[in-house]
Amino acid sequence: MKLTIQRHQKGKSYDETFDVASLRVTTLLEALYEIKAKLDGTLTFDAGCRSGVCGACAVRVNGREALACSYKPQDGDRIEPLNYHPVQRDLKVDKEKAQETVKRILPSSSLFPLPSSIPHPPLTDEEEARFRLQTDCILCDSCYSACPVLAVNPDFLGPFALTRAWRYTTDPRYQVEESPSDSNQNSSLLTPHSSLLDAVQQNGIWDCTLCGECTAVCPQHIDPKNDIMQLRGESLKAGYTDPNLSNPSFGTPDFGGGFGFDPNSNF
Amino acid sequence: MPDLLIIGSGGAGLSAALEAASRGAKVAVVTKTLPTQAQTCMAQGGINAALGNVEPDTPEEHITDTLRSAHGLADEAMVRTLCESAPETIEWLDRLLVPFSRIDSTHSTLNTQHSALSTIDQRRLGGASHPRACYAQDYTGLKILQSLYDRCLEAGVTFYTGHYLLDLIVTEDREVVGADFWEIKTGKIRTIRAGATLLATGGYGALYQGYTTNAYGATGDGIAAVLRAGGVLEDMEFVQFHPTAMAPSAVLISESARGAGAWLINDKGKRFTDELAPRDIVARAMFDQIAAGRHLFLDLRPVPEKVLRELMPQELHLARLHAGIDATKEPIPVMPAVHYTMGGIAVDSRLQIRGLGRAYAAGECSAARVHGANRLGGNSLLEIIAFGRLAAVNALEEPKGEIPEDTTPDRSSATRIEGIFARKNRYNHYHKQKILGKRLYHDLGIVRDGTLIEDALNYLRELEGRLGETGLQDRSRRENRDLIELLEYENMLLLAQALSLSALKRTESRGAHYRRDFPEESPEWEKHIQIKMENGEVETC
Repeated sequence: MKLTIQRHQKGKSYDETFDVASLRVTTLLEALYEIKAKLDGTLTFDAGCRSGVCGACAVRVNGREALACSYKPQDGDRIEPLNYHPVQRDLKVDKEKAQETVKRILPSSSLFPLPSSIPHPPLTDEEEARFRLQTDCILCDSCYSACPVLAVNPDFLGPFALTRAWRYTTDPRYQVEESPSDSNQNSSLLTPHSSLLDAVQQNGIWDCTLCGECTAVCPQHIDPKNDIMQLRGESLKAGYTDPNLSNPSFGTPDFGGGFGFDPNSNF
Repeated sequence: MPDLLIIGSGGAGLSAALEAASRGAKVAVVTKTLPTQAQTCMAQGGINAALGNVEPDTPEEHITDTLRSAHGLADEAMVRTLCESAPETIEWLDRLLVPFSRIDSTHSTLNTQHSALSTIDQRRLGGASHPRACYAQDYTGLKILQSLYDRCLEAGVTFYTGHYLLDLIVTEDREVVGADFWEIKTGKIRTIRAGATLLATGGYGALYQGYTTNAYGATGDGIAAVLRAGGVLEDMEFVQFHPTAMAPSAVLISESARGAGAWLINDKGKRFTDELAPRDIVARAMFDQIAAGRHLFLDLRPVPEKVLRELMPQELHLARLHAGIDATKEPIPVMPAVHYTMGGIAVDSRLQIRGLGRAYAAGECSAARVHGANRLGGNSLLEIIAFGRLAAVNALEEPKGEIPEDTTPDRSSATRIEGIFARKNRYNHYHKQKILGKRLYHDLGIVRDGTLIEDALNYLRELEGRLGETGLQDRSRRENRDLIELLEYENMLLLAQALSLSALKRTESRGAHYRRDFPEESPEWEKHIQIKMENGEVETC
């Protein structure tokens, strides 16, 4: 069996094919380790738990994101690093910028743990079920790498941060009641719930093309596309508008001599 | 300069960080990977707390169960601290928005004093007298870790990711004032000084490479660093085996399979043990079969297929991937594998490291005398959260004193790294690591005996003697995984000696430590074996 790996060494990028026929291999990750131990000690990649929960070993196989520890390699496979991440060396990427997106949707100061003086009713099974799947996220960055929006807008929040935003939007414990004294002092203070929706408006939910690539590649079967649609619905309810609709653009009635033919100009 | 330097970003490290940050302290967390890639994410079963949500339960019963499992080697006061803090620990996690699984609301719940927690479901794990483990599906550790991480981001905790611990910086007064790290991305040494240092670096299960359910990174880096710095280790001989890891990948198949009615059979199709007996007993029965040349399997076929698909879809997928089989139709090849290490850094009741000032340890890297000779399922997640926080609170009490602000890398760390780059590469450490794992599995595994342990010790000394010619294939400074894994290998070699010496000295059988030549528990050994390093030699004391 032959595996082709896109190498990045000393500022150069090139393909190298390794013959792993003689190596005992069941997963792609084992193949990478065998290559490193027996064929080329400089091959660089990331790995952790070997069982699909730590998110360290995500790569692209034949253009599709996969966890190396959960993928059975086939003859002729081509392995590349994740997209939209600076490549450090070979398959190892810098995940810092991508994972900073989580910070952008979270409050910038500590609201949690909620003080025990603020009691909250116990969460029910149905309430927990609303964000059960979303909290399966292992931060592997596969969805981020698969998202075509990032090719044109590097500031896009990306799928996993938006899934996290929806996860917190649906958690009743996140909707902290302000104490009366606080709201007197500053009535414009955002609750965590409304600040979440605020945080996903720009370079967020409206930039998504709903192509579903994120959903297709998620090793945990999370559905960021659906979470983004939910956030859109919730945003509209809260009075936000889709900026793509509010700006004058093709397709909206425009009688002011804007784009294209003005049916009133000869009259 | 941070008030508290935390090394390790698993459950213990992040709980400590959040607790310290919420008290207004400046906190730095250092990890060799990314924060959420720590071993904690692999914990499936649950976290114990006597909430009594499903069945009446009390902290006293939790204490009794923990002490029974520890076989005389736990400190009752420490166990009491742990078990009594458990309900508050769950409450804290709930307020951090951890998504614990809830009781189906069609069932009536018991009225407990913890009203916000009254809907949290609890399940029974091995050795527990009641259903006591709170869980989040089969992702308890993952969901706790991810929640802690989000809260740490909000609290403004500083993270140093991709920094590998080289050594602790110790003053002449044996006080730890920080540590040296290898910054993997740049290939440079970074020194971080702090008012107090907390080790939360995890266990040493990866010593048994190829025979452990643990992550590659569970190489005991912090434990080895403490040993080199003059600190004391304890209980290193106690290593817990999980009966059902897939063979040969050693990926875990959770206990719930046997709980649901799966059988353990040998290659003649015969059952040979009570599948629901405690872990050490099942593992020993399996060892006897393997020693007699039998291959072993977990047969899921007694469990209805519908239940299997609902209860363990992960396992069915893993069986297909690693063993190439449909587990609803064929038995899965299994073997017992190392799952948890009870031993580690010796600490006092404040979790301060014995033999070193200004230094604390929490979680699997520590031997806090709560697990003794055998850990109770569900107590490890409890320990990392409860004791992570406790260690942080105690560490912040350290007097602010004069910590020299000096950013030049400690000379010995630089010398060590240069020495490694200068080595000849006659022996391949990847190859040696594999042999080491196999050797420990056989000679320091489920069933031990003095002769085999001595053989293993001789072999370990031989490997250590060859370190001078165990070098690097990769000469790069930046992003050099070869270097990191060689440093890990050196730590493992050191800890393997500590483990072997302790196991040789303990001439009895107790909990997870079973000696064929001394099969009985002996009252005179109801004590801890400690390890120190004197003049570069690992010694018991």
